[in-house]
Order: sequence, then structure tokens, then C-alpha cells
Amino acid sequence: MYGIGIAKGLLVTLRNLFRTPSTIQYPEERAEQHSRFRGQEFAWYEERCTGCASCAKYCPLGIIEIVTDPSKQAMAEGDKYAIEKFDIDIGRCMYCGLCVEACPYDALFMGSGFERARYTRDELFIPMEELKNATKRPSTWFRPQLESKGYDPQSGQPLGWKDVGRHEAPDYEAMQRRWADR
Amino acid sequence: MSPAVLEDNALYRNIYSMIDWMLPDFLDGITGYVAAFAIVLVVANIVLVITPLFIWFERRLLGRFQQRLGPNRWGPFGLLQPIADAIKLIIKEDIVPRGADRAVFNAAPVVLFMPVMLMIAVIPFGTQFYLVDLNVAVLYIIAVGTLETIGIFMAGWASGNRYALMGAVRSVAMLVSYEVPLVIALAAVLVWSGSMSLVDIVEKQPVPLLLLQPLGFFVFLTATIAEMNRAPFDLIEAESEIVAGYHTEYSGMKFGVFQLAEFASVVVGAGFITAIFLKGAAGWSFLPSPMWFSLKWLVVIFCIIWIRATLPRVRVDQVMGFAWKFLLPLSVINLVAIAVEMVIWPAPGTTELWIMGGINFAIAGVAVSVLATALGHKNFSPRKPQFPIRKVAGKEGV
Repeated sequence: MYGIGIAKGLLVTLRNLFRTPSTIQYPEERAEQHSRFRGQEFAWYEERCTGCASCAKYCPLGIIEIVTDPSKQAMAEGDKYAIEKFDIDIGRCMYCGLCVEACPYDALFMGSGFERARYTRDELFIPMEELKNATKRPSTWFRPQLESKGYDPQSGQPLGWKDVGRHEAPDYEAMQRRWADR
Repeated sequence: MSPAVLEDNALYRNIYSMIDWMLPDFLDGITGYVAAFAIVLVVANIVLVITPLFIWFERRLLGRFQQRLGPNRWGPFGLLQPIADAIKLIIKEDIVPRGADRAVFNAAPVVLFMPVMLMIAVIPFGTQFYLVDLNVAVLYIIAVGTLETIGIFMAGWASGNRYALMGAVRSVAMLVSYEVPLVIALAAVLVWSGSMSLVDIVEKQPVPLLLLQPLGFFVFLTATIAEMNRAPFDLIEAESEIVAGYHTEYSGMKFGVFQLAEFASVVVGAGFITAIFLKGAAGWSFLPSPMWFSLKWLVVIFCIIWIRATLPRVRVDQVMGFAWKFLLPLSVINLVAIAVEMVIWPAPGTTELWIMGGINFAIAGVAVSVLATALGHKNFSPRKPQFPIRKVAGKEGV
């Protein structure tokens, strides 16, 4: 029977009329993100970073630039390389997260934001200073330790470097004892 | 002194007496003309205010049909959005292409918009609330409404653009096709009411004519939507085929006038459907008659937007086939049925109206289904591929 299809179609659109629109009024209300959302603005903890440059090697696009310097202090005392440069050019980033997978020290995390749009490409460059001073709400992507804590970057507190590792952070005395034993 | 055709118009008489009271005595000779201009100004501005409101209504409703919100930023509920659009269009550059016929190109928006304003004149917005009760109103609607196509064709021809010309040619082809069933559907209404005046047609409906001539209503609604160049018949500005159709080359406020005319023609067309098939401004007495008219009008507009939100655009050949093979026979069947019934029951009472409505609904159902079955496509079944397929040993087909 012809015309039934049209009637069905009209009913479908009419049903839509009484549904809640799926639009989100962005500046006033925000879409809910999963905690594993791979967002912009990487969370980078310079205290955890040793400058091994694994992230830079694994980046398919080669957009992470790392320059390190042997520390002024004695290496034997467990100090790491001094990092002079850690710049990410997110203008070419595809947010694959391979750098985060590659980081052995839990120093680099995907960000949780989506608002780092800029007018020019140059402004999409994140220098080290910005990474250092940023409020760090790391995404739990590829970081099960954050997820097992129940951390949600969208609503939770910013995390400091001691809270993001996959092991408990040792207290100061224990560390001192450990190095003294050598 | 006043134009004779306006004498028995309550709206006109009220404005006339008011202006007569306001003007000094020595200007009595021109009171009639001032009153006529005043009433034209009022009604023209009603169109110009209602059309942007309609555009807002359509965009909001279309948004909800598509699970969006629609414009809601500027003004309460986004009501000022058409104003923002108009301001945007005004400050845009006004480009006339080098290959264009400048005079015709500039005149086209005006020619397109004029018939819409003229058609407003005969719509009875309420009892005793109309610009003029023309005794050939239906003829006038058809004649003046057709002029819109001249504007479209002028625009398409003068643009010096092939896409524009194609859109214009399609518009003319559609006008030629859809005018025929439209007029025959109207003829059935005229057989019923015995008058061409819209006021008479409204008065002669014992119940909304929709209940007595469902087939005529269907044909008229479809043909009107096609004449208004709205989805699913908006072929003349099909984005997927011909950039924007006849207004491809237009920019700035000229484009704005095109849009305004297009939407105003929907407003006016919905007004005619209300008057002819929904008993116009009639209703119970707890609301004034213009309110009843507006309510029915809104329902018609809602249905037109609903159809737009639902149906996809039809192809060119389907449009022509739909008009000539489907709507034209339907309208003829409707006309014959109504004419025979009018011969049998020249003055139908309540029982006869019930019988008549029942017969007409039955005729409508049977005619639509029989014609659709005769003309429609067969049910889709995946065909065997037409191209030669290499036979694989031991396997059949693909």
C-alpha cells in the first residue's frame, strides 16, 4: 500500500518533536567527557621526567622536542638530567597517545581539555613553561593507576606529581635511607 | 468619496471614519484615498512582520524536528534572529555579475515580492476583517500568484548563470504542471460554493470543506506546496544539483527579498488553504474570529513545515510525473464526484452532508490507492547484476 511509508515518516519526525533536543548549549553547559578522553594540553610532570626522550622517539609526527643537559649535581646521587627544553607542537598532534604509552616514568599524560583552539598555528605551540605552570588534570587514558583511584579529570582536583605514579610515593626519610645505604 | 469596492468593508469604514475625524474639513475630498493607503500600509506591514516571525517559527520547529534547538541566542527564544539575519544581509556587498542584465536583475526581487503582497488583499482574516471582498477572488489568486514565476524567471534569466537559468526553467515547468490540478481542485470548491469570492466560500461551508472534499484538499495542499517551491518540491533551488537555483548570483538584501518573498508566499498560501478548506475564521464565540483564523493558519503552517521536515526532495522527472499522472486524475475524479453530488443534493442537509463526506472519503481512499498502485514503482528487490560475471568453477553467481 502506497502512502504508508510517508505516514510512517511523518510519525517519526513528529516523535522527534517531543524528544529533548540533543543539543548542548556549550558555553553555559558542557558535554560530559569520559575520564579517558584524550584531550589537548598534555599534563607533563617535570619532577617525574628524566629526559629519556622516549616520547619524542615514539611520536609518529615528531612534534615533541626535548633538549637535556647532564645535571650540575653528581649523577651518582640519583639526580637526573636537567631538562632544558620540552616543547610540544599540538598544531600537528593527532592525539594518538603513543607518547603517553611510551613514557616509562608516568611523567606524560594526555590532557583532559578541549578548549585550546587558537587563531594561528603559532599559538598552538606549547612551550615548556606553559606545560610546567599548567593546572594538571591528567586524562586517565593508558594510566590505570588513576582510574583505580577513581580519579575523574573533568570534576576532580588537579593532581600533583606524587599522586600520579603507579607506585606509592616513598616518603622523604625512606628515600634518604635508601640512598645512604649505598 | 471612496473606491466603491471598499464601501461594504467594516475595516475600511472604521479607518475611514477615524481619518475623517482626524483630517481638517477642507481635505475631505482625499479622505477616502488616505484611508485606503492607511489600510494598505497596515496590511502590508502585517505581512512584513508576520513573515520574519514565520521564518523564526519554521527554523525553531525544524530544529525540534531534527532534535536540535534552532536559533535561540538573539532575543527571547531567538525571536530577533530574523532581524539579525536582515542586518547581516544589508551590510553584505551587493554584487551584480558582469554577464548579468542589470535592469532585469535588479527588478526581479521586486517582481517576485509584489504578487505576494497583492494576494494578501483578498484573504478574509476574520468576519468583516479583510481588505477587499473581490467577487473574482479565486481567479485573482490564481492569476496574481502565477506572476511570482515571472519574477523567478527574470532572476534566473538575467543572472547570466547556467545554474540560475536551470532553476528558473524548472520553476516554469513546475508552474505549468501544478497549476492544472490546483485549478481543477479549486473548481470543485467553486462548484460547491457557487461563488468565487473568498468571503462567500467561507460562509458557504457548513463544516470545514476538508471533511467534504478530502481529495480536493490533498491535491490543493500538494499543488500549493509545489507552487510555493517548498520541500519536497524545492527543485528550483536544489543545492545538490544546481547551486542555489535562480538566486545563485544574488547577494545582500536582494537575496533577502527573495527569501522574504518565498516565505511570505508560504504565509499567504497557508492563509488560502485556511480560508478555502478550513472554513476560514469561523469558530466558537469565546475567541474573536481573527484568532480562530490565526489558529487554523498556524496548524496549516505547522503541517507544511512538518512535511518539509519529513520528505526528501523528489527528482525532476518524478515531480512532473507526480503532477500529470497522479494529481491531475485525482483532481478530475474529485471534480466529477462533487459535481454529481451537487446535482443529486442541490441543498444538502445534515444527513446528506454525512453521506457526502463518507462517499468522498471512500472515493479518496480508493482513487489514491488505485492510482498509486497503477503508477508506483514495484517493491524494491535486489536485481541480478547486469554486468557479465566471470564464472568461478563450481560456484554459482557472484
